[in-house]
Amino acid sequence: MPADVILRVRGLTKHFGVARDGEAASADILRAVDDVSFSVRRAKTLALVGESGCGKTTAVRCIVRAMPPTSGNVWFRTTAGGVVDLAALNEAGLRPLRAEIQMVFQDPYSSLNPRLSVLDIIAEPLVVSGVRNRTVIRDRVANLLELVGLRPDHMARYPNAFSGGERQRIGIARALALHPRLVIADEAVSALDVSVRAQILNLLLELQDRYHISYLLVSHDLGIVKHISDQVGVMYVGQMVESADCQAIYRRPLHPYTAALLAAVPIPDPRRRRAAYAAPGEAASPRNPPPGCTFHPRCQHAIPRCKLERPQWAELEPGRFVRCHRAHELQLRGIEA
Amino acid sequence: MRRRFVKHRLAVCGGLVVVAFYLAAAFADFLAYSDPGKLDAQRILVPPQRVSLWSAGRFSPHVYRLVRTRNPETLVLDYSADRSVEIPVVLFAHGYPYRLFGLFPTDIHWIGTRGEPTESSLFLLGSDALGRDLFSRLVVGTRTSLTIGLVGVCISLVLGVILGAVSGFYGGIVDLVIQRVIEMLRAIPTLPLWLGLAAAIPPTWSVTSVYFTITLIVSFVGWTELARELRGRIMSLRHEDFVLAAELCGARPRRIMFVHMIPACTSHIIATATLALPTMISSETALSFLGLGLRSPAISLGVLLNGAQNIQAVALYPWLISPALPTAVIVLAFNLMGDGLRDAADPYA
Ligand SMILES: Nc1ncnc2c1ncn2[C@@H]1O[C@H](COP(=O)(O)OP(=O)(O)OP(=O)(O)O)[C@@H](O)[C@H]1O
Ligand SMILES: [Mg+2]
Repeated sequence: MPADVILRVRGLTKHFGVARDGEAASADILRAVDDVSFSVRRAKTLALVGESGCGKTTAVRCIVRAMPPTSGNVWFRTTAGGVVDLAALNEAGLRPLRAEIQMVFQDPYSSLNPRLSVLDIIAEPLVVSGVRNRTVIRDRVANLLELVGLRPDHMARYPNAFSGGERQRIGIARALALHPRLVIADEAVSALDVSVRAQILNLLLELQDRYHISYLLVSHDLGIVKHISDQVGVMYVGQMVESADCQAIYRRPLHPYTAALLAAVPIPDPRRRRAAYAAPGEAASPRNPPPGCTFHPRCQHAIPRCKLERPQWAELEPGRFVRCHRAHELQLRGIEA
Repeated sequence: MRRRFVKHRLAVCGGLVVVAFYLAAAFADFLAYSDPGKLDAQRILVPPQRVSLWSAGRFSPHVYRLVRTRNPETLVLDYSADRSVEIPVVLFAHGYPYRLFGLFPTDIHWIGTRGEPTESSLFLLGSDALGRDLFSRLVVGTRTSLTIGLVGVCISLVLGVILGAVSGFYGGIVDLVIQRVIEMLRAIPTLPLWLGLAAAIPPTWSVTSVYFTITLIVSFVGWTELARELRGRIMSLRHEDFVLAAELCGARPRRIMFVHMIPACTSHIIATATLALPTMISSETALSFLGLGLRSPAISLGVLLNGAQNIQAVALYPWLISPALPTAVIVLAFNLMGDGLRDAADPYA
């Protein structure tokens, strides 16, 4: 694992057993995450992008071990410098590492316990890690609130007294309480107003500059992550279809699905038109994915081979991975010519 | 939740009655004017007495001295009032000594008679077959029955909350075992189960140990309902993000359950407990009525009703059945209050 990589995921797979309608006895397999690999570099941001239901949440929940992955490795570089495989640890082994990986949640309402004051919410990680002194805790919580742009004297209030954006800041403060080195934000801004969205994203960037935190951001909108990520991974029906540096992917996507997602990003300038190209139809079901390339039923560039043979995850150019038979020959359009 | 409960008229009435009953239970010895255990062969089966409020145009509550005669034909004891002797009834009189709340020794009772001992002169609800004042026994018996209910609910609360939470939190094999145990307990018909357990209590045990055993028996089945209810709630809370957040910062299951999950179910717990109380009270009453629960000299509503088992006794001395009234009222009041609480806790259920 290269020295600047803090998290390396290889072949992450999560299958859910689903009882088929009507025949409860024979369990069906739902491949929510299927052979996903990527790396997050220190103090950098990787964005995981894909349509709803493609397995982003499942992937990050396997990484933070909210659920055990079916297979794969999740290597994490600890503060001490060692590398551990989170996927192989048990609950007790994970506990000392919990502080280093924290999460910011999508829903600013269900992510804060409505019965606890903001002080108690943000203090929880501190209390759990053994801080008992009330004044120490209060000072730290006041600091954290200031850090995320909230007034420390509001710490006695309850979450219902705050707006969605403010709640998200509280969630960020809680995530930062233990000085994590990796923060995973699962659609942290998609529930917010457009104006508040930018504020929260800027806050995340600011915190990254200050504390050298690495981010794994999850989003279904390529437009949102454009300005804040260093790398982008695109997922489709449980699989990673393309990953590359942010610049590269926006300038010249290699996978037709990425191109379709980019075409869906609205452009603020009405004079600049694009050939309207979005993938027709709906995303395939992870329960019953099509044979060959899972994207072929919606792909404009599909050839007979795509229907039969599953493309491999391959490094087409240095640092650019793609899962497409025709990646080397297609000339796809990005949004920055 | 409070607002929704207050809208529920009947439930509020039920709640007030419940509060009144528990106040009465707290001050039972103050309200009982005669020693509930004092036997008096001269005052057997006295019918309820009237207190006359006026004497010669002046306000002066009094009762008349009782004269006992035996009906020469039926040989039944008759009591008549000797109108020539007025025994004044006064407020805050001195009577038998007791400890208020078990702490402060005193002998003040809300009423009593002056001149003659209260025990042999005042019988608001009549006396029983051993000459003990029924009103005083009723008050003290209500206290026993209510505390059995309360202690029983506390025990089943602890059992139900812990087992329900564990079952819902861990799921899997733990859940399976707990749920099967609950099903088994619920499948056994309660009355024979209680009878069997109660019959196993050695008759030589002291009143206190019988009391606690009965409480345990009554709560033995009571916890299953709560455990079921809580399990479902905990299972749905398991998917809340704030629970995951707590897990991710390394909180242990115990902390997650007690800080994040159980407090979110408080209203359900309260509602279920309130609905379980009347069941406990009536179970105790039923057991004691059948002579398998508490036994004399313990006093509870069931023990009192046990004295009214004989149809002949009820026909001749109808006041003996009076303990049935508070039993019915308290059970009804608890049910009304519990229903209101449950509706307020979960308006969509
Ligand atoms: N616990 C579960 N049991 C069975 N299937 C599940 C479970 N969790 C998720 N899935 C399925 O896995 C697939 C991926 O779900 P996931 O929530 O990871 O998608 P997502 O990319 O996060 O979507 P969204 O953008 O809507 O959040 C979906 O088809 C979903 O139905
Ligand atoms: Mg999701």
